[in-house]
Amino acid sequence: MLAAGLGGAALPAWAQFRVEISGVGATQVPIAVAAFRDEDKSPQKVAQIVRDDLERSGLFRSIEAPGVLDETDRPELTDWRRRGADALALGSVTRLADGRFDVRFKLWDAVRGTDLGGQSFPVQPGDLRLAAHRVSDYIYERLTGDKGVFSTRIAYVSKAANRFTLRVTDADGEGGQIALTSPEPIISPAWSPDGRELAYVSFESGKAVVWAQEVATGQRRMLANFRGSNSAPAWSPDGQRLAVTLSRDGGSQIYLLDRQGGEPRRLTSSSAIDTEPVFTTDGRSIYFVSDRGGSPQVYRMPAAGGAAERVTFSGSYNISPTISPDGRTLAYVSRNGSAFKVTTMDLASGQATTVSDTVADESPSFAPNGRLLIYATRAQGRDLLMTTTVDGRVKARLISTSADVREPVWGPYGR
Amino acid sequence: MIAADNWIRRLAVLAAAVALVGCASSVKLDEPAPVEDRTGKVAGAGGAGAGAGTAPQSQVTTVDLAKDAASQQLAKVIYFDYDSFVIKDEFRSVVDQYAKLLNADRKKRLLIEGHTDERGGREYNLALGQKRAESVQKALALLGVTAAQMESVSFGKERPAAAGSDEAAWAKNRRAELIQR
Repeated sequence: MLAAGLGGAALPAWAQFRVEISGVGATQVPIAVAAFRDEDKSPQKVAQIVRDDLERSGLFRSIEAPGVLDETDRPELTDWRRRGADALALGSVTRLADGRFDVRFKLWDAVRGTDLGGQSFPVQPGDLRLAAHRVSDYIYERLTGDKGVFSTRIAYVSKAANRFTLRVTDADGEGGQIALTSPEPIISPAWSPDGRELAYVSFESGKAVVWAQEVATGQRRMLANFRGSNSAPAWSPDGQRLAVTLSRDGGSQIYLLDRQGGEPRRLTSSSAIDTEPVFTTDGRSIYFVSDRGGSPQVYRMPAAGGAAERVTFSGSYNISPTISPDGRTLAYVSRNGSAFKVTTMDLASGQATTVSDTVADESPSFAPNGRLLIYATRAQGRDLLMTTTVDGRVKARLISTSADVREPVWGPYGR
Repeated sequence: MIAADNWIRRLAVLAAAVALVGCASSVKLDEPAPVEDRTGKVAGAGGAGAGAGTAPQSQVTTVDLAKDAASQQLAKVIYFDYDSFVIKDEFRSVVDQYAKLLNADRKKRLLIEGHTDERGGREYNLALGQKRAESVQKALALLGVTAAQMESVSFGKERPAAAGSDEAAWAKNRRAELIQR
């Protein structure tokens, strides 16, 4: 529980993001989240974290909630309705005898006048933000029908003063902790499907080598350190294997590795660049980038290797594919003139849509509910992270106050 | 440590520029065509030379050992065009020199590091840098250097030689660095 203890204490030092929201969703649910009773006696302002989460999703609008009520109260819902709230959340934070905090809440539908249920999360002080995000997840799911991703995590790489740092934060960019810090570049982090490990490429030995690291313990193992470059790790959905790009036989080609490493099996055999593999959620196919047709494009092949079919046709540079959890949408970076833009493609129709309004985009990654994408971009001479709804409507900029940030990757549910 | 490493890298690039621009005779470049790095410093060092007869008695001629050592070394950098891994004619002689060196001593090893400019994705650039390194390796292999003597790796766009987001910087970053071991 050391990490949990540090989480709260280290917060001011690592809360390095400034968040700017632009755009609104098509419809916004007006919701009142009252201050949780006794939250001022805990290290976190739980209600404010919940309000921020909901507002950042673009689907909620915060209604002021004066007074102190908690989950045991029966609110006058017609009063809240008059204030403009469609929904109301009330809760409390109670310090338990063993030092933990119990976060309890109840959600009300002010329009129908019904009780939408509630939950209790007894947590270590370092997990209070997590408890708040779980409250947000519950509210989001009850009111939108989609699973919330507020309690998920994001990994990314920051660079400051020639130091490269692999960081893990809450999905709102807060509560950051350091997984790895190095004087040499770190790229291509990838969460294991259970959220316990990160694979990545580190140049610490003077060349690109693929590592995997247990997030909680910091224990790491070398997965691929063959002659030449080793890069682009992608976990299979069952977490048992990884696809990687190796140049050990000449050229950059895709191979399959056991999660413990060992002898790789070659999946592609082209004289071109084949890289950036990513598994589909059902584990049957691998999307990847190849310039076998003369320019880098996205292709798809069976997960065991074999004939590949081209997926992107528009434009001369389409890279960094990633697949939505439902398998229906491909997101990738497409070059248009000198602009590199995050683009989505509906795989059934082949219809492509540009979702970004920036021009130096990299590394798109889906949230596990498939509703949001995070990617890296550049603005005002700084590297920053951006989240967007998949329709491109609501965007949040995560601007680091202390470093250039890149290579974001959204973690799975659970941690 | 980091700073020193970077400094050494910059020196290496400068040394390469010195070798290519200023010292055609010592490395016998067929085409001493200047590369993108044309710093004024290159021409400045070396002193005026001990002029015959007319030199004042108080003259002091600078001997710059860093430059002197660099001039005896081979060029360490081969530059590439955008999105290309083709070794340009002006760098053929550099490849020839390394082939001679490595063929003369089978114990000699060469690490070839491919690099790209900042445009585009990190992984695709890593693969492109790898292709540049391997293109140098293939050229050396054709001249008789054995596979065991060479390793090609890539840093993609992660370790630029020049900062900046213009063609001048990009041209310096699209490169293969040759490191003897």
